[in-house]
This record gives sequence, structure tokens and C-alpha cells, in this order.
Amino acid sequence: MTEQPARVVVGVEHLHKQYETAAGPVPVLKDVNVTVRQGEFVAVMGPSGSGKSTFMNILGCLDTPTSGRYMLDGNDTSALDSDRLARLRNRFIGFVFQGFNLLPRASLVENVALPLVYAGVGRKERGVRARELLVRVGLERHMEHMPSQISGGQQQRVAIARSLANHPSMILADEPTGNLDSATTHEIMDLFSELNVDAGITIVLVTHESDVARYAKRQVTFVDGIVVHDGAVSEGEAVHR
Amino acid sequence: MIGAILREAWKSMGANKLRTFLTMLGMVIGVGAVILMLAIGQGAQLVVKQAIASMGSNLFIVLSSFSTSSGVRTSTGSAPTLNLNDARALLELNTVAEVAPMQPGTRQVVYGANNWNTQIYGVTPAYFTVRDWTVAEGEPLYDTDVRNATRVAVIGQTVLDRLFGDEAAIGKTIRLENIPFTVVGILSGKGQSFDGRDQDDTVLIPISTAQRKVFGSQFPNSVRLIMVQAVSEAAMPQAEEDIGRLLRERRRIPEGQEPDFTVRNLSAVADVQAQTTKVMSLLLGAVACVSLVVGGIGIMNIMLVSVTERTREIGIRMAIGARRRDILAQFLLEAIIVSVLGCIIGVALGVGGSALAVRVTGIYAEVTVWSVLLSFAVAAFIGVFFGFYPARKAAWLKPIEALRYQ
Repeated sequence: MTEQPARVVVGVEHLHKQYETAAGPVPVLKDVNVTVRQGEFVAVMGPSGSGKSTFMNILGCLDTPTSGRYMLDGNDTSALDSDRLARLRNRFIGFVFQGFNLLPRASLVENVALPLVYAGVGRKERGVRARELLVRVGLERHMEHMPSQISGGQQQRVAIARSLANHPSMILADEPTGNLDSATTHEIMDLFSELNVDAGITIVLVTHESDVARYAKRQVTFVDGIVVHDGAVSEGEAVHR
Repeated sequence: MIGAILREAWKSMGANKLRTFLTMLGMVIGVGAVILMLAIGQGAQLVVKQAIASMGSNLFIVLSSFSTSSGVRTSTGSAPTLNLNDARALLELNTVAEVAPMQPGTRQVVYGANNWNTQIYGVTPAYFTVRDWTVAEGEPLYDTDVRNATRVAVIGQTVLDRLFGDEAAIGKTIRLENIPFTVVGILSGKGQSFDGRDQDDTVLIPISTAQRKVFGSQFPNSVRLIMVQAVSEAAMPQAEEDIGRLLRERRRIPEGQEPDFTVRNLSAVADVQAQTTKVMSLLLGAVACVSLVVGGIGIMNIMLVSVTERTREIGIRMAIGARRRDILAQFLLEAIIVSVLGCIIGVALGVGGSALAVRVTGIYAEVTVWSVLLSFAVAAFIGVFFGFYPARKAAWLKPIEALRYQ
């Protein structure tokens, strides 16, 4: 009995992106081809200016490529209007940002429930689901607190809970530990690993710290808008294998 | 979804209470001013309308004009140039429906221990017709009263109050210049005239009695003024011409020479009054509307600040799946809530202010339902109109740019 290959979540083919500036067009991504399958944990690495952030923005449907194709879980994202892109972001992608990006005036439960609001889920169900998710990331004692009342590590847990609200195809994490100390960094990365290994959630994570990248199973490295390395994290380096 | 957006809007308003209050204050003052000003305007119009209706319709007043004795012009109506024969002649005109000669004067009226200074009118029964006035109780004056110069009086409501209080007046005797008059009738109430006089402060007696016994004129047949009612409103210009021509002929005053009488169109005077009041209330409303627009601009200003302040929040919402219309709805709803809440408070303030104006100043003010509805409609419109631009600005932000905003 042969194992079925996992579903393709991200299919990027011949992706180009250039910005128009006064001095002429500046290419940022040059012919990028990346495929991410269900259940993978990919670390996107590279120095600043390498194009990895632009790549992430395109993966997150926050930006559109100049040319090339990006298939998100079977949906062709080219030529979609802003409303359809918003819907894709809502249903297929969970965002985790470096700066946490929680709404300061909303309680933790309300923050986690926010994607459900835009998905049209009823009020009662939103509350139940948000509470479940907060329990899952270990914040059952802070449900009704405001973001300003908890630590940075805890805020990032809330952001992770929020990213999971609509059962996304993948979590996109942009430098999620950039604002955290090393102890908290490992706690958060442990949580990502756990979600990936135990729940089979696909994770694409941007980082420039190799410490953090070691938690992933695969590394994609950008330099000057080109993928220079794409391969599994070696046995010796890997954490949690 | 709508519920969630509403709660969201409520929360963001609550997060900045002072700012929300100040924004709302613009609306409150604007709407309050509109309601109050329209109420005052409406009240003034109503008062004028009642006064005009109480005056009688299609009326002219013919006054004996100034007399130039030794180059001194005396006041209008003081020269005895009109008489009862003129009145009879005027009635023959085709354009004239009714003629009521009058002899007015101010005298002291006495009943028992009470006395009161009031307008005494010597009139004919036609007076009741031209003024469209009836008796509330008792009898009016009849032709026989005029023919026989009887000593009977019909008194107005104010005189009734002052002299009799709660006592029955019909059949009682009052004294005018020490002459006893029997009260035969009580006039129905008419209220203020358009020039502000109390029309109920009057005593009507037969014109013959007035001429011969009360005022004691040296020209027994003369009258101070004649009220002439035209057959219709359309006939008024023709009637005015006819009256002028007839009176000139009777006096042999050629065209071009100044006549010794004046014909006044009372309706025209009243129309001017009504027009003035209307313009005044329009002006009041316009000024109030300006403050409403200023309130709306205040809302727009604050919403623009709010959008800039919350750019990052907008970015987060967009990343998480908010569509443009969700963002638009959120900010638009916030603007509408502020303006409609402001409107509700403003209406309360305007209604309260009108009640206060009535009590303190005695101005008649009337809050109408349509002015309240109008205010709500305008407030909602202002919320949408002045909220739309900031809301659109928020909704058309690019997600990545909004997210990067510090």
C-alpha cells in the first residue's frame, strides 16, 4: 500500500514581483517556484532585502505578484478582486505577526473570535470556539483580559489562537518571535511544533534566526529574490524530530 | 454580523468618551437650534394666521384723511369728512358686499364698583358681518337699535372678565359717560389682532347712540371710518378703484388732487405681515441649518482623525478577512450612531427649549412633528454624507500598507 502524497497547499510557479520606482522598475522576486504540502513546517530564511517578506505578503494574499501563478489550496489567486482575496485570507490563512497585532480595545476572547465575525459565524458559536482555542494555547485563566494586561509571549499565544479560528489551510508566521526573549521564543516555537506535529497544521514561518528555523522541517532560503536553498533541516540541527 | 459591527462602533465610541461627546455636541446644538427656531417660526406664523382670520376677509378701511386747517395737518381720521350717506352710497357699488360705518372712541365703562377703560365702537349690524363676528351669548345689535338709538351694548370677552368676573352679564346695566346701557350680548373671543391689539377689549353700541349720546360730535352724521367688504378677493382691486372714484365724485375732488380720505387695504397689510413672519422663520431655520452642517463637518473631522489613528487596526482586520464593505460599514455606522444619538438629544433639547421659551418670554412656539422628522432625516443624512468620505478612505486602504503603519 503506497502512501498518498499530501495535498498541495501552496503552489507557486514562476513568480515575479517588481516595484515601480522613480528610478525604474526594481525586481524583488525573480522566478520563484515553491510548493508546500499539507502538514509541512517550512522556515523561510534570508537576509533583509532578500525578498522573503514580499514572498510572504504574496503567500498571505496581502500583495499580488507581477507575473506567475500562485495557487492557494486549489484556488488561483491571480485576477481576484479585493473582496475575494479578503475571503481567501479569512478562510485559508492564519496570520501570526512579529508585533502580535491584537486589537487593543477587545478582550482576548473577542480578539480570537474576530476572524469568525468576518466568516459570518453566529455570536454564540464564536464565543464557544474562541474559548476552546484559548484553552488550547494555555490561556484559560485570561479569557476576559485585555491584551495590555498580559505578557508578550501570552499575546503571541492569543495571536496563534486567532490564526486557528477558521481552520485555515496554513499558518503564516512573519518573524513571530522577533519581539520575544529567548525563553519565550522557545515556548512559542514549541507551541508551533506541537500544532504541526500533533494537529498536522501546515506552517510557513519567516525568520532570520537559525535557532528558530531549526524547529521547522524544511528551510527555503532567499538571496536577492532567488531561492538559493530549499531542503529538509538536517537531522543534527533539528529540534523535536 | 451587524450586531458585531454595532458593538464594535459602540466600543470605539466609549473608548474616547470626551471626543465622542464633543463630536456629538455639534449635532446636539445643531438639531436643538433647528427644532427651537422652527418652533418659534411656526408659532409666529400661527399667531399671524389667527389674527388675519379674526380680522374678517376682503376688507378695506376708509378713513377721513388729515385736514389742512391753517397749514397744520391733523392725524388721519380726525376730520369729520365721512358720513353715513357716504356709507349708504358705497353699498350701491357692484364690487362692494357690505359696508360698516364706525365711530370709535375710548371711554371708561362702569359696572357697580368695577370700572375699565376700553374701546367703544358705535357700529351698525353690518359690523358683525364684515368682521365675521358672532355673539357667544345673548343678542347682537339690530337695525331697530340703530334707528331708535337704543342704549344697548354688546361687550367683548375681556370687558366681561374685567367688569363682571364670574357674574352673569346679560340684562345688567353698565354706565358709559354716566349713561346707562343694558348688556344684551357677549361677543365670542377673537384674540390678538395682527398688529397686537386685544380685539376682545371692546364694547359695541349702536352708531346712532354713539354719535348722539356718547361722543357728542358737533357733526351728528359724521363717522370716523367705514369698513368696506369687497364681494370677493378677486374683486378687491376693482373695489378699491370704485370706492376712490365714488368718494371723489361725492366730494367733487378732481383726479390728481389729494383726496380728504384714505382707503386702506387691510388684507394687503396682513399679507405683508404674514410674508414677514414667513421670511423670518425661514431665516431662523436657515441659520439653524448652518449650525447643523457645522456639526456634520465636526463629525467628518473626527472620523478622519479616527481613521488615521486606527490605520493599523484596519490593517489587522483586513488581514484577518474583513472586506472593504465591512470596514466601510464599521466607520459609516459609527458616524451615523454619533449623529443620530446627537439628534435624539438635540430634539429633546429643542423641545425643552421651546417649552422654556414659551414660559419665560411668552413667545408662542410650537414644535411640529415634521420638524422632528426633518431633523432625524437630516441627521442621518449628515451622518452618511460626512461619514462616507472617511469611511471610504479607511476601506480603500491597502492591507499591507495599513499593517505597516506605525
